[in-house]
Amino acid sequence: MGARLKLIDVCQSFWQAVRQLSGDDGYERYLAHHAAAHPDTSPLSRSAWFAHRQQQKWSGVNRCC
Amino acid sequence: MKTNPTNILLWLIVSLLGASAVGGIALHRGESINALWFITAALCIYAISYRFYAAWIAATVLSIDPSRATPAERLSNGRDYVPTHRWIVFGHHFAAIAGPGPLVGPTLAAQFGYLPGTLWILFGAVLGGCVQDMTTLFFSTRRNGKSLGQMARDELGAIGGSAALIATFLIMTILIAVLGLVVVNAMKNSPWATSTVAATIPIAMLVGLYMYKLRPGRVLEGSALGVVLLLMAVAGGGWLDGQAGLRVWFDHPGLSLAFAVIVYGFAAAILPVWLLLAPRDYLSTFVKLGTVVLLALAIVWLRPDIKMPALTQFVDGSGPIFGGKLFPFVFITIACGAISGFHALIASGTTPKLLSNERDIRMIGYGGMLMESLVAMMAMIAATVLDPGVYFAINSPAGVVGKTATEAVATISAWGFPVTVEQMSMLAQQMGEATLFARTGGAPSLAVGMASIFGSTFGQGMLAMWYHFAIMFEAIFILTTLDAGTRVGRFMLQDMLGNLWPAMGRTSWYPSVLLSSGLVVAAWGYFLYIGVIDPNGGVNILWPLFGISNQILAAIALCVATGILVKSGKLKYAWITVLPLIWLVIITSTASWQKLASSDPRIGFIAAANSLSDKLAAGALPPDKAAVAPQLIFNQQLDAVLVLFFVVLLWLIVGDMLRVCARHLRGKPVPPLAETAYHPSELEQAWVRD
Repeated sequence: MGARLKLIDVCQSFWQAVRQLSGDDGYERYLAHHAAAHPDTSPLSRSAWFAHRQQQKWSGVNRCC
Repeated sequence: MKTNPTNILLWLIVSLLGASAVGGIALHRGESINALWFITAALCIYAISYRFYAAWIAATVLSIDPSRATPAERLSNGRDYVPTHRWIVFGHHFAAIAGPGPLVGPTLAAQFGYLPGTLWILFGAVLGGCVQDMTTLFFSTRRNGKSLGQMARDELGAIGGSAALIATFLIMTILIAVLGLVVVNAMKNSPWATSTVAATIPIAMLVGLYMYKLRPGRVLEGSALGVVLLLMAVAGGGWLDGQAGLRVWFDHPGLSLAFAVIVYGFAAAILPVWLLLAPRDYLSTFVKLGTVVLLALAIVWLRPDIKMPALTQFVDGSGPIFGGKLFPFVFITIACGAISGFHALIASGTTPKLLSNERDIRMIGYGGMLMESLVAMMAMIAATVLDPGVYFAINSPAGVVGKTATEAVATISAWGFPVTVEQMSMLAQQMGEATLFARTGGAPSLAVGMASIFGSTFGQGMLAMWYHFAIMFEAIFILTTLDAGTRVGRFMLQDMLGNLWPAMGRTSWYPSVLLSSGLVVAAWGYFLYIGVIDPNGGVNILWPLFGISNQILAAIALCVATGILVKSGKLKYAWITVLPLIWLVIITSTASWQKLASSDPRIGFIAAANSLSDKLAAGALPPDKAAVAPQLIFNQQLDAVLVLFFVVLLWLIVGDMLRVCARHLRGKPVPPLAETAYHPSELEQAWVRD
């Protein structure tokens, strides 16, 4: 039983890493940050956040040869 | 540091293993050598340099301070400054630095034999490239993530800052042109490759719509959908190739494809990023990581033999793929994978704003570059497992070996690399292509190498599929670099033009977007066009230009790092950046000098221009060559000016750095260190780690 639980744990943390690496959980992390830093304002919607994020990401050098 | 006996024994074994692997590679002469030796040598050298050299640099030279708050912690805003787990930062950093460069360079440099490129990839990385990336990352982190250009301006002066900016713009232009040329050479007269690469555009847009409209921000879902569609596009291309009515639509010569790439580049630069650029980047990142891992596993599983000799006769400068002697041109040809100045732009800017602790700098800066070096090593293996005759037949331009298959085969066999017409047409047939001759640029020979490695590991039946998968794989992230580079070039141009006419500086003002994008595309489009019409294969001209500009950017980064080290009172440690800097100055200056002054028209730009105009005046050129000769002559002269400009830029910034260092050492005023003040870190993980 213990070994099985451990396997599930490993899978879960792997999945978390994949989500974080790809930016899949970006909106959740944004909401968490927003709730902590600016609790008095309402956060961006999911699509507005994504649009803003893309625009910002591709405004500088971030791909190389 | 633990110094117990087991530890010492372990590192002793790693050192011995590494030394014997390197010795084996270097001294081996004979039939063939196993690729596993290359991987062993690489892994041992990486491990030793990471464990000892990088750790020493981190602790003693840079005095990395884990108790110090990073910009990500102090300025955390949930957008660009975000404290992030080190493995995640490593992933982002590696995805950003490793593009098609480390795949193309080693493939081209294999014309000298496997040895020179391999040694340069190993030692260039651990002593040069990794140090550059790590120090730049560290200094930028201590300066709130400032860019290389800003650091050069703050720490050295206005000359350094402008030099970095101009070098970046020019290297981008040349880089995009040469990468465009690689894709064009892979697609020309190949309906399968062309249709597959073309299909990546609507696929990326579909994924973009999915992530933006249908399921906003669901990156993994969208990417999974895209990867499945990409694999279907590879298979679909094979089907299309068999349909006589359809295949003519995708069967084009190089020039038409070059114009298609230029039009595509312009469209990609003005379309919103979410529609094409961003989704393409997600796809290319996933495909890239997957393929690199697969290739590593296949090499370890298959343990292929290297068939290329250690050294070929082309070390004398007569190489068919690019002209020029072993020294300095192997060091110019392999930039990415050994030392790449472009990385300094990533290591200053995006990555430092994500670090949660300074301690991660060794792993991300030094370790990230080690990974790229390993990718370059695998590209070297994939190129050298081919029969040398096949390798040269694929990569030699028609202007060097002859236009027909019979001529090319005769020339290459006469060099001592036997190859037959039957062998080449058999190979082309297996790969699902009409011909593989004169596909200069590295992508097709790498694809053949990868296809044969994958084919031997996973079954021979799918060779054509693997070949076109590899072509798609390279094309997709070459096009990402092309899109992203054009966009960055546009921003830089808008910034510069904004100084003259403020409205142009507004990055979202449409007339300014159209004009600046058009100018950037015209700049690289020009070099791409010339590269395609050049019968000697534009790679011979463009790749060395790219290498020189990339190494000069690296020299600028090392100048900035040296200047900061000296100003911080660390003169006695400054050799860690000074040694690679001296080497870069020597190789880039020598290469530039030869590119200017060599009397061999395959090396010297001026000699080439003169020889061509003499032939033109004497009427010795066939009509098709005479028609393009004036353009080629002008281009050679332009390239000469460009190289001269690069080397002047290099010496200006080296001089500026020396001036600042000398003034500092004599106690005269210099621009002060721009390092931010110390703030203790409050992130819990800073204390609980290790």
